[in-house]
Amino acid sequence: MVNYIWMGMMVVGFVVAAINGSMDKVNEAIFTSAKEAVTLSFGMISILVFWLGIMKIAEKGGLLEVLAQLFRPIVKWLFPDIPKDHPAQGYILSNMAANLLGLGNAATPMGIKAMEQLKILNGGKNEASRSMITLLAINTSSITLIPTTIIAIRMSYNSQSPTDIVAPTLLATAVATIGAILIDRYYYYRSLQKGGK
Amino acid sequence: MDFVQSFSVWFIPLLIGFILLYGTYKKVPTYETFVEGGKEGFSIAINIIPFLVGMLVAISVFRASGALDYIMLAMRPIFSLFHIPAEVVPLGLMRTISGTGALGMTSDLIATHGPDSFIGRLASTIQGSTDTTFYVLTVYFGAVGIKKMKYAVKVGLLADLIGFLASIAAISLLFYS
Repeated sequence: MVNYIWMGMMVVGFVVAAINGSMDKVNEAIFTSAKEAVTLSFGMISILVFWLGIMKIAEKGGLLEVLAQLFRPIVKWLFPDIPKDHPAQGYILSNMAANLLGLGNAATPMGIKAMEQLKILNGGKNEASRSMITLLAINTSSITLIPTTIIAIRMSYNSQSPTDIVAPTLLATAVATIGAILIDRYYYYRSLQKGGK
Repeated sequence: MDFVQSFSVWFIPLLIGFILLYGTYKKVPTYETFVEGGKEGFSIAINIIPFLVGMLVAISVFRASGALDYIMLAMRPIFSLFHIPAEVVPLGLMRTISGTGALGMTSDLIATHGPDSFIGRLASTIQGSTDTTFYVLTVYFGAVGIKKMKYAVKVGLLADLIGFLASIAAISLLFYS
Protein backbone atom coordinates (compact mmCIF):
# COMPACT_ATOMS: atom_id res chain seq x y z
CA MET A 1 0.00 0.00 0.00
CA VAL A 2 2.75 2.43 0.92
CA ASN A 3 4.31 1.76 -2.49
CA TYR A 4 1.22 3.09 -4.27
CA ILE A 5 0.93 6.13 -2.02
CA TRP A 6 4.58 6.99 -2.49
CA MET A 7 4.46 6.60 -6.25
CA GLY A 8 1.10 8.40 -6.37
CA MET A 9 2.34 11.47 -4.49
CA MET A 10 5.20 11.94 -6.95
CA VAL A 11 3.27 11.21 -10.17
CA VAL A 12 0.26 13.33 -9.15
CA GLY A 13 2.73 16.04 -8.13
CA PHE A 14 4.38 16.01 -11.56
CA VAL A 15 1.04 16.08 -13.37
CA VAL A 16 -0.33 18.94 -11.25
CA ALA A 17 2.95 20.82 -11.72
CA ALA A 18 2.66 20.39 -15.49
CA ILE A 19 -0.85 21.89 -15.43
CA ASN A 20 0.04 24.61 -12.92
CA GLY A 21 3.32 25.50 -14.57
CA SER A 22 5.15 24.99 -11.28
CA MET A 23 7.69 22.49 -12.60
CA ASP A 24 10.62 24.69 -11.59
CA LYS A 25 9.46 24.64 -7.96
CA VAL A 26 9.11 20.85 -8.11
CA ASN A 27 12.64 20.51 -9.45
CA GLU A 28 13.97 22.61 -6.62
CA ALA A 29 11.87 20.70 -4.07
CA ILE A 30 13.37 17.35 -5.09
CA PHE A 31 16.92 18.40 -4.33
CA THR A 32 16.36 20.57 -1.30
CA SER A 33 14.15 18.02 0.43
CA ALA A 34 16.55 15.15 -0.22
CA LYS A 35 19.28 17.23 1.37
CA GLU A 36 16.98 18.17 4.24
CA ALA A 37 16.18 14.51 4.95
CA VAL A 38 19.88 13.70 5.34
CA THR A 39 20.50 16.76 7.53
CA LEU A 40 17.54 15.76 9.67
CA SER A 41 18.79 12.20 10.11
CA PHE A 42 22.21 13.47 11.13
CA GLY A 43 20.61 15.85 13.58
CA MET A 44 18.80 12.91 15.14
CA ILE A 45 21.99 10.91 15.75
CA SER A 46 22.80 12.80 18.96
CA ILE A 47 19.59 12.13 20.83
CA LEU A 48 19.12 8.58 19.50
CA VAL A 49 22.64 7.61 20.57
CA PHE A 50 22.10 9.12 24.00
CA TRP A 51 18.65 7.69 24.61
CA LEU A 52 19.35 4.17 23.40
CA GLY A 53 22.49 4.21 25.53
CA ILE A 54 20.47 5.10 28.64
CA MET A 55 17.83 2.53 27.78
CA LYS A 56 20.44 -0.17 27.40
CA ILE A 57 21.34 0.44 31.06
CA ALA A 58 17.66 0.08 32.00
CA GLU A 59 17.46 -3.15 30.02
CA LYS A 60 20.66 -4.66 31.50
CA GLY A 61 19.66 -3.65 35.02
CA GLY A 62 16.48 -5.70 34.66
CA LEU A 63 14.06 -2.78 34.72
CA LEU A 64 11.96 -4.60 32.11
CA GLU A 65 11.27 -7.41 34.60
CA VAL A 66 10.35 -4.91 37.34
CA LEU A 67 7.89 -3.15 35.04
CA ALA A 68 6.53 -6.51 33.98
CA GLN A 69 5.78 -7.35 37.61
CA LEU A 70 3.84 -4.11 37.95
CA PHE A 71 1.74 -4.99 34.91
CA ARG A 72 0.86 -8.49 36.05
CA PRO A 73 -2.59 -7.68 37.50
CA ILE A 74 -3.50 -5.60 34.43
CA VAL A 75 -2.51 -8.42 32.09
CA LYS A 76 -4.62 -10.90 34.06
CA TRP A 77 -7.63 -8.66 33.56
CA LEU A 78 -6.87 -7.95 29.90
CA PHE A 79 -6.28 -11.58 28.93
CA PRO A 80 -8.72 -13.70 30.90
CA ASP A 81 -8.28 -16.58 28.41
CA ILE A 82 -4.63 -17.21 29.26
CA PRO A 83 -4.11 -19.86 31.95
CA LYS A 84 -2.16 -18.87 35.06
CA ASP A 85 1.65 -18.86 34.66
CA HIS A 86 1.44 -19.71 30.97
CA PRO A 87 4.59 -18.53 29.06
CA ALA A 88 2.38 -16.30 26.88
CA GLN A 89 1.83 -14.09 29.93
CA GLY A 90 5.57 -13.51 30.39
CA TYR A 91 6.06 -12.55 26.77
CA ILE A 92 3.10 -10.17 26.83
CA LEU A 93 4.46 -8.52 29.98
CA SER A 94 7.91 -8.02 28.43
CA ASN A 95 6.30 -6.72 25.24
CA MET A 96 4.33 -4.09 27.16
CA ALA A 97 7.32 -3.07 29.30
CA ALA A 98 9.58 -2.70 26.25
CA ASN A 99 6.95 -0.61 24.44
CA LEU A 100 6.67 1.67 27.46
CA LEU A 101 10.41 2.33 27.45
CA GLY A 102 10.38 2.92 23.70
CA LEU A 103 12.49 -0.18 22.99
CA GLY A 104 10.80 -1.06 19.70
CA ASN A 105 13.57 -3.52 18.84
CA ALA A 106 12.93 -5.48 22.01
CA ALA A 107 9.14 -5.17 21.92
CA THR A 108 8.58 -6.73 18.49
CA PRO A 109 10.32 -10.10 19.08
CA MET A 110 8.56 -10.40 22.46
CA GLY A 111 5.21 -9.66 20.81
CA ILE A 112 5.81 -12.30 18.15
CA LYS A 113 6.81 -14.84 20.82
CA ALA A 114 3.59 -14.04 22.65
CA MET A 115 1.59 -14.53 19.42
CA GLU A 116 3.21 -17.95 18.91
CA GLN A 117 2.15 -19.02 22.39
CA LEU A 118 -1.36 -17.65 21.88
CA LYS A 119 -1.63 -19.61 18.63
CA ILE A 120 -0.74 -22.81 20.48
CA LEU A 121 -3.38 -21.94 23.10
CA ASN A 122 -5.86 -21.50 20.25
CA GLY A 123 -5.19 -24.99 18.93
CA GLY A 124 -2.84 -23.84 16.15
CA LYS A 125 -5.66 -22.48 13.99
CA ASN A 126 -4.95 -19.75 11.44
CA GLU A 127 -7.68 -17.64 13.01
CA ALA A 128 -7.08 -14.72 15.38
CA SER A 129 -8.14 -15.49 18.95
CA ARG A 130 -9.57 -13.01 21.42
CA SER A 131 -6.24 -12.61 23.24
CA MET A 132 -4.35 -12.11 19.98
CA ILE A 133 -6.57 -9.19 19.02
CA THR A 134 -6.24 -7.67 22.49
CA LEU A 135 -2.44 -7.88 22.25
CA LEU A 136 -2.59 -6.28 18.83
CA ALA A 137 -4.85 -3.49 20.08
CA ILE A 138 -2.42 -2.67 22.88
CA ASN A 139 0.49 -2.60 20.46
CA THR A 140 -1.13 -0.35 17.86
CA SER A 141 -1.87 2.27 20.49
CA SER A 142 1.45 1.70 22.25
CA ILE A 143 2.14 3.82 25.32
CA THR A 144 5.65 5.24 25.13
CA LEU A 145 7.07 7.31 27.97
CA ILE A 146 9.45 9.40 25.88
CA PRO A 147 8.83 9.96 22.15
CA THR A 148 12.57 10.22 21.41
CA THR A 149 12.52 10.57 17.63
CA ILE A 150 10.04 13.43 17.73
CA ILE A 151 11.99 15.30 20.37
CA ALA A 152 15.02 14.90 18.10
CA ILE A 153 13.15 16.33 15.10
CA ARG A 154 11.85 19.24 17.15
CA MET A 155 15.40 19.97 18.31
CA SER A 156 16.66 19.99 14.72
CA TYR A 157 14.11 22.69 13.89
CA ASN A 158 15.16 24.86 16.85
CA SER A 159 12.13 24.37 19.05
CA GLN A 160 11.99 26.63 22.12
CA SER A 161 11.19 23.60 24.25
CA PRO A 162 11.43 20.36 22.27
CA THR A 163 10.17 18.25 25.17
CA ASP A 164 6.96 20.14 25.93
CA ILE A 165 4.99 17.61 23.86
CA VAL A 166 5.79 14.80 26.33
CA ALA A 167 2.78 15.51 28.55
CA PRO A 168 0.17 15.84 25.76
CA THR A 169 1.59 12.75 24.04
CA LEU A 170 1.27 10.72 27.24
CA LEU A 171 -2.29 11.95 27.65
CA ALA A 172 -3.28 11.16 24.06
CA THR A 173 -1.62 7.76 24.08
CA ALA A 174 -3.29 6.82 27.36
CA VAL A 175 -6.70 7.76 25.96
CA ALA A 176 -5.95 5.80 22.77
CA THR A 177 -4.92 2.71 24.73
CA ILE A 178 -7.97 2.77 26.99
CA GLY A 179 -10.12 3.33 23.89
CA ALA A 180 -8.47 0.39 22.13
CA ILE A 181 -9.15 -1.89 25.09
CA LEU A 182 -12.80 -0.84 25.31
CA ILE A 183 -13.37 -1.23 21.55
CA ASP A 184 -11.68 -4.62 21.68
CA ARG A 185 -14.04 -5.73 24.48
CA TYR A 186 -17.05 -4.38 22.63
CA TYR A 187 -16.29 -6.30 19.44
CA TYR A 188 -15.49 -9.44 21.40
CA TYR A 189 -18.86 -9.48 23.15
CA ARG A 190 -20.57 -8.62 19.89
CA SER A 191 -18.90 -11.56 18.15
CA LEU A 192 -20.17 -13.78 20.98
CA GLN A 193 -23.73 -12.58 20.44
CA LYS A 194 -23.48 -13.17 16.72
CA GLY A 195 -23.41 -16.88 17.56
CA GLY A 196 -19.68 -17.53 17.54
CA LYS A 197 -18.32 -19.65 20.31
CA MET B 1 0.57 25.41 30.89
CA ASP B 2 3.08 25.90 33.71
CA PHE B 3 2.49 22.42 34.97
CA VAL B 4 2.81 20.94 31.49
CA GLN B 5 6.10 22.75 30.97
CA SER B 6 7.59 21.69 34.28
CA PHE B 7 6.31 18.13 34.01
CA SER B 8 7.86 17.75 30.58
CA VAL B 9 11.10 19.40 31.73
CA TRP B 10 11.50 17.37 34.95
CA PHE B 11 10.35 14.05 33.62
CA ILE B 12 13.37 13.20 31.46
CA PRO B 13 16.15 14.09 33.97
CA LEU B 14 14.29 12.23 36.73
CA LEU B 15 13.88 9.15 34.54
CA ILE B 16 17.55 9.20 33.50
CA GLY B 17 18.68 9.69 37.11
CA PHE B 18 16.52 6.82 38.25
CA ILE B 19 17.81 4.50 35.53
CA LEU B 20 21.44 5.37 36.32
CA LEU B 21 21.02 4.80 40.06
CA TYR B 22 19.06 1.61 39.50
CA GLY B 23 21.66 0.30 37.06
CA THR B 24 24.47 1.07 39.50
CA TYR B 25 22.55 -0.66 42.30
CA LYS B 26 22.17 -3.72 40.04
CA LYS B 27 25.95 -3.60 39.34
CA VAL B 28 25.57 -2.78 35.66
CA PRO B 29 28.75 -1.20 34.20
CA THR B 30 26.77 1.95 33.33
CA TYR B 31 29.20 3.79 31.09
CA GLU B 32 30.22 0.75 29.05
CA THR B 33 26.59 -0.31 28.68
CA PHE B 34 25.67 3.20 27.62
CA VAL B 35 28.27 3.15 24.84
CA GLU B 36 27.09 -0.26 23.68
CA GLY B 37 23.46 0.91 23.45
CA GLY B 38 24.52 4.19 21.86
CA LYS B 39 25.96 2.29 18.90
CA GLU B 40 22.48 0.89 18.22
CA GLY B 41 21.10 4.43 18.27
CA PHE B 42 23.70 5.46 15.72
CA SER B 43 22.76 2.69 13.31
CA ILE B 44 19.05 3.51 13.69
CA ALA B 45 19.70 7.13 12.72
CA ILE B 46 21.75 6.03 9.70
CA ASN B 47 19.29 3.34 8.63
CA ILE B 48 16.45 5.82 8.64
CA ILE B 49 18.11 8.05 5.98
CA PRO B 50 16.79 6.28 2.83
CA PHE B 51 13.24 6.18 4.28
CA LEU B 52 13.29 9.87 5.11
CA VAL B 53 14.83 10.88 1.77
CA GLY B 54 12.20 8.90 -0.14
CA MET B 55 9.28 10.23 1.85
CA LEU B 56 10.38 13.85 2.17
CA VAL B 57 11.07 14.09 -1.58
CA ALA B 58 7.65 12.64 -2.44
CA ILE B 59 5.87 14.91 0.04
CA SER B 60 7.65 18.05 -1.09
CA VAL B 61 7.03 17.26 -4.78
CA PHE B 62 3.37 16.87 -3.89
CA ARG B 63 3.41 20.14 -1.97
CA ALA B 64 5.54 22.23 -4.36
CA SER B 65 3.36 21.25 -7.33
CA GLY B 66 0.33 22.75 -5.61
CA ALA B 67 -1.49 19.39 -5.36
CA LEU B 68 -1.49 19.51 -1.56
CA ASP B 69 -3.10 22.97 -1.59
CA TYR B 70 -5.96 21.70 -3.75
CA ILE B 71 -6.59 18.80 -1.39
CA MET B 72 -6.47 21.11 1.65
CA LEU B 73 -8.88 23.47 -0.06
CA ALA B 74 -11.32 20.64 -0.65
CA MET B 75 -10.97 19.14 2.82
CA ARG B 76 -10.93 22.24 5.00
CA PRO B 77 -14.70 22.94 5.05
CA ILE B 78 -15.49 19.34 6.02
CA PHE B 79 -12.93 19.05 8.78
CA SER B 80 -13.36 22.54 10.19
CA LEU B 81 -16.91 21.45 11.04
CA PHE B 82 -15.35 19.07 13.56
CA HIS B 83 -12.56 21.50 14.58
CA ILE B 84 -9.96 19.29 12.94
CA PRO B 85 -7.11 21.18 11.25
CA ALA B 86 -6.99 19.89 7.66
CA GLU B 87 -3.17 20.12 7.63
CA VAL B 88 -2.77 17.08 9.89
CA VAL B 89 -5.38 14.84 8.21
CA PRO B 90 -2.92 13.35 5.68
CA LEU B 91 -0.58 12.63 8.60
CA GLY B 92 -3.37 10.87 10.49
CA LEU B 93 -4.04 8.63 7.49
CA MET B 94 -0.37 7.91 6.82
CA ARG B 95 0.19 7.07 10.50
CA THR B 96 -1.82 3.85 10.17
CA ILE B 97 0.03 2.68 7.05
CA SER B 98 3.70 3.56 7.36
CA GLY B 99 5.72 4.65 10.38
CA THR B 100 8.55 6.18 8.36
CA GLY B 101 6.08 7.78 5.96
CA ALA B 102 4.36 9.46 8.89
CA LEU B 103 7.73 10.50 10.30
CA GLY B 104 8.47 12.22 6.98
CA MET B 105 5.12 14.02 7.09
CA THR B 106 5.67 15.06 10.70
CA SER B 107 9.07 16.56 9.92
CA ASP B 108 7.58 18.32 6.89
CA LEU B 109 4.78 19.83 9.01
CA ILE B 110 7.24 20.88 11.72
CA ALA B 111 9.52 22.45 9.10
CA THR B 112 6.65 24.29 7.38
CA HIS B 113 4.71 25.53 10.40
CA GLY B 114 7.47 25.67 13.04
CA PRO B 115 7.97 23.23 15.93
CA ASP B 116 6.23 25.43 18.51
CA SER B 117 3.18 26.28 16.40
CA PHE B 118 -0.20 24.63 16.95
CA ILE B 119 0.25 22.42 13.88
CA GLY B 120 3.86 21.62 14.82
CA ARG B 121 2.93 20.48 18.31
CA LEU B 122 -0.10 18.62 17.06
CA ALA B 123 1.90 16.74 14.44
CA SER B 124 4.47 15.79 17.11
CA THR B 125 1.74 14.43 19.38
CA ILE B 126 -0.03 12.50 16.61
CA GLN B 127 3.24 10.91 15.58
CA GLY B 128 4.00 9.86 19.16
CA SER B 129 0.61 8.72 20.35
CA THR B 130 -0.13 5.66 18.21
CA ASP B 131 1.80 3.00 16.35
CA THR B 132 1.47 1.89 12.74
CA THR B 133 -1.57 -0.40 12.78
CA PHE B 134 -0.96 -2.12 9.44
CA TYR B 135 2.69 -2.68 10.27
CA VAL B 136 1.88 -4.26 13.63
CA LEU B 137 -0.85 -6.31 11.99
CA THR B 138 1.44 -7.56 9.22
CA VAL B 139 4.40 -8.32 11.45
CA TYR B 140 2.60 -9.92 14.39
CA PHE B 141 -0.02 -11.90 12.53
CA GLY B 142 2.25 -12.59 9.57
CA ALA B 143 4.98 -14.06 11.77
CA VAL B 144 2.70 -16.73 13.19
CA GLY B 145 0.57 -17.30 10.07
CA ILE B 146 -2.79 -15.85 11.11
CA LYS B 147 -5.04 -15.45 8.05
CA LYS B 148 -8.47 -14.77 9.55
CA MET B 149 -8.01 -11.50 11.38
CA LYS B 150 -11.66 -11.16 12.46
CA TYR B 151 -12.30 -7.76 14.05
CA ALA B 152 -8.59 -6.92 14.58
CA VAL B 153 -8.39 -4.34 11.75
CA LYS B 154 -11.46 -2.49 13.00
CA VAL B 155 -10.09 -2.32 16.55
CA GLY B 156 -6.67 -1.09 15.36
CA LEU B 157 -8.07 1.61 13.08
CA LEU B 158 -10.62 2.86 15.61
CA ALA B 159 -7.84 3.09 18.21
CA ASP B 160 -5.85 5.21 15.75
CA LEU B 161 -8.82 7.49 15.26
CA ILE B 162 -9.18 7.90 19.02
CA GLY B 163 -5.46 8.66 19.34
CA PHE B 164 -5.76 11.25 16.57
CA LEU B 165 -8.74 13.01 18.15
CA ALA B 166 -7.20 12.75 21.62
CA SER B 167 -4.04 14.45 20.31
CA ILE B 168 -6.08 17.41 19.06
CA ALA B 169 -7.92 17.58 22.39
CA ALA B 170 -4.70 17.28 24.45
CA ILE B 171 -2.85 20.04 22.55
CA SER B 172 -5.90 22.34 22.59
CA LEU B 173 -6.47 21.78 26.31
CA LEU B 174 -2.90 21.95 27.55
CA PHE B 175 -1.55 24.77 25.39
CA TYR B 176 -4.43 26.80 24.05
CA SER B 177 -7.13 27.06 26.67
